[in-house]
Amino acid sequence: MKKLIKLGVAALTLSMAANIATAEGKLSIYHWFEYIPQELLDKFSAEYDVEVTMDTFDSNEAMLASLKAGKMGTYDVAVPGDYMVEIMAGDGMLDTFTKAEMPNHGNIMDQWVNVGFDMGRKSSIPYQWGSTSFSVNRDDYKGDINTLGIVFDPPAELQGKINVLDSQGELLALASMYLGIPQCTSDRDQLKALNELLQNAKPHWASFGSDIAKDVLVSGDASVGMIWSGFSAKAREEGANVEYAFPKEGYVVWMDNVVLLKDAPNRDNALKFMNFLLEPENAAAVTNYAAYTAGVKGTEPHLSDAVANSPESNPPASPVGEFVQACSQEVQTVYDTIWTNLKK
Amino acid sequence: MAELPKVNPEGSAKTYSGFGIPLIFPAWIIIGFFLVIPVAMMLVYSFLTKEFRGGVIWEFSISAYDQFFLYRGLFGDSPPVIEWTYISIFWRSIWQAGLATFCCLIIGFPTAWFIATRTGRNKTIWLFLITIPYWVNLLIRTISMKFLIRDNGPLNEFFLSIGLISEPFHIINTNFAVQLGLFYSYLPFMVLPIYAAVERYNFALSEAAADLYASRTVTLFKVILPTVRPGIVAGCILVFVPSLGAFLAPDLLGGAKNFMIGSLIEEQFKGAAGNWPFGAAASMILLSLVLIVLTFYARNQTKGQI
Repeated sequence: MKKLIKLGVAALTLSMAANIATAEGKLSIYHWFEYIPQELLDKFSAEYDVEVTMDTFDSNEAMLASLKAGKMGTYDVAVPGDYMVEIMAGDGMLDTFTKAEMPNHGNIMDQWVNVGFDMGRKSSIPYQWGSTSFSVNRDDYKGDINTLGIVFDPPAELQGKINVLDSQGELLALASMYLGIPQCTSDRDQLKALNELLQNAKPHWASFGSDIAKDVLVSGDASVGMIWSGFSAKAREEGANVEYAFPKEGYVVWMDNVVLLKDAPNRDNALKFMNFLLEPENAAAVTNYAAYTAGVKGTEPHLSDAVANSPESNPPASPVGEFVQACSQEVQTVYDTIWTNLKK
Repeated sequence: MAELPKVNPEGSAKTYSGFGIPLIFPAWIIIGFFLVIPVAMMLVYSFLTKEFRGGVIWEFSISAYDQFFLYRGLFGDSPPVIEWTYISIFWRSIWQAGLATFCCLIIGFPTAWFIATRTGRNKTIWLFLITIPYWVNLLIRTISMKFLIRDNGPLNEFFLSIGLISEPFHIINTNFAVQLGLFYSYLPFMVLPIYAAVERYNFALSEAAADLYASRTVTLFKVILPTVRPGIVAGCILVFVPSLGAFLAPDLLGGAKNFMIGSLIEEQFKGAAGNWPFGAAASMILLSLVLIVLTFYARNQTKGQI
């Protein structure tokens, strides 16, 4: 037995050493959980002879905190959401690249080139975009679901069977839409109303959770789940009879982006990787895996039918979704108080 | 009866003064590096000004402690009143941890007693059985627990099938589920120290008590419990302290509806709040609470020995 273990350890060490010895360079990625297929990473590794390592996070804020706490300079690329790109750029955490360094820059869809959070795409490329709304189990509820009232003022049969994302920004944005008030409002009466709405809605909610959002729908623990579009599609694939809502009051649209981090230890490989992700085939591979939508031209031929035609990825013409806004410090402080009140 | 080994009444720690002293330097370095420095950093951070969206500005400020104890309304400009929010979060955590400790003690003491009174090989087997579940990661165990107790999980299915209940017993996302999670996670931390104490217990003392006409109850409370007290206290501390900061059980089994101390602090660093000084201040207040309890215990201990 001991001998066997020794052998195993030796083999492991050898194979690791071999990896290090053969790889041309390294690439260190900081990414969301369950968001990139391993095969795609392997493909990149093989094609460019680069050893790829990846750490994952579960919220934009967690990523920011970890980078601020001294991880700058260890990762080459990260994958922040729209508003977080703006925040990171404002904090000087992003490096820029030229179009010459990114040959596939032209593959970015026109509507995603000049975006508010990175005009002209100088330090980020689109990864995937999708929406945040909620899904309802159609076995449990047959009525109209295209209203945010399902979450914030639920009908009796759904009360106590609702999971909401443990994500302050998205929850408060949806709540604002339900009330018909602007995001990040500084109007005191509106903020009070927002606080009150959440206080009144909470007793109807069974749980707060982001990483469990899909599982509670599949297992039937929750009949309604605030959820990301692709996660809902996956829940449907896994057998839950859920329908994703595009509420009439509005819903959240987001886009995740691959950014080039300042002080990236392997800047060249990072650019290669970003360029690699702009290949239609590779962008489509991510879409097929995550069930969101790529921001790259020409992915259609590579998409699986299920993903291309999924109701979650094909929102109706109206209503349109809105990006979550990054609030000013004054409003954010009030938001934090509202959030603490909600969870005290 | 065999002759007892001679025991130095002052304890063995005080009598040693050989050349081995430098050998404990590594221990001191580890304590200094991994305990004193981080705690000192936390103390300093708790008195700094918060930077918007995480980070600190190097300016002295007591606003973190102010936020903890004083409430100035939703917009921060009303006259200050006592802030009950955080105190109640702390109270909830302390209550949960205390209850978990109590439950662990009630179940753990007889278990430890049972194991310690087995003979030879059996003892080892029972101890082994206690530790087996803990070879699995805490996260996995907590998630498994969640699968077991949910509305249409095996536990409910079983009770439904034998007709004990007519509709699912709702456990998941309740405080009871959190309790169950804490109790299950930390039970061995109670059993093992008590086992160690009971194993050293000299059963001749029980016989002596019986000879002096002490009833079983009196023997338990006047002879056994005082003798194994160090084990019980160690077990209680080992269960109480980690339960206090636990956030896996509250998040996964309790549905994360209410902050516990652990999740409140986590939110300050990982969540949207991004308020590092406040997170540090909450940690310092927690640390002080634990220290007060431990100091109180240590003083009691020394008094008890005289």
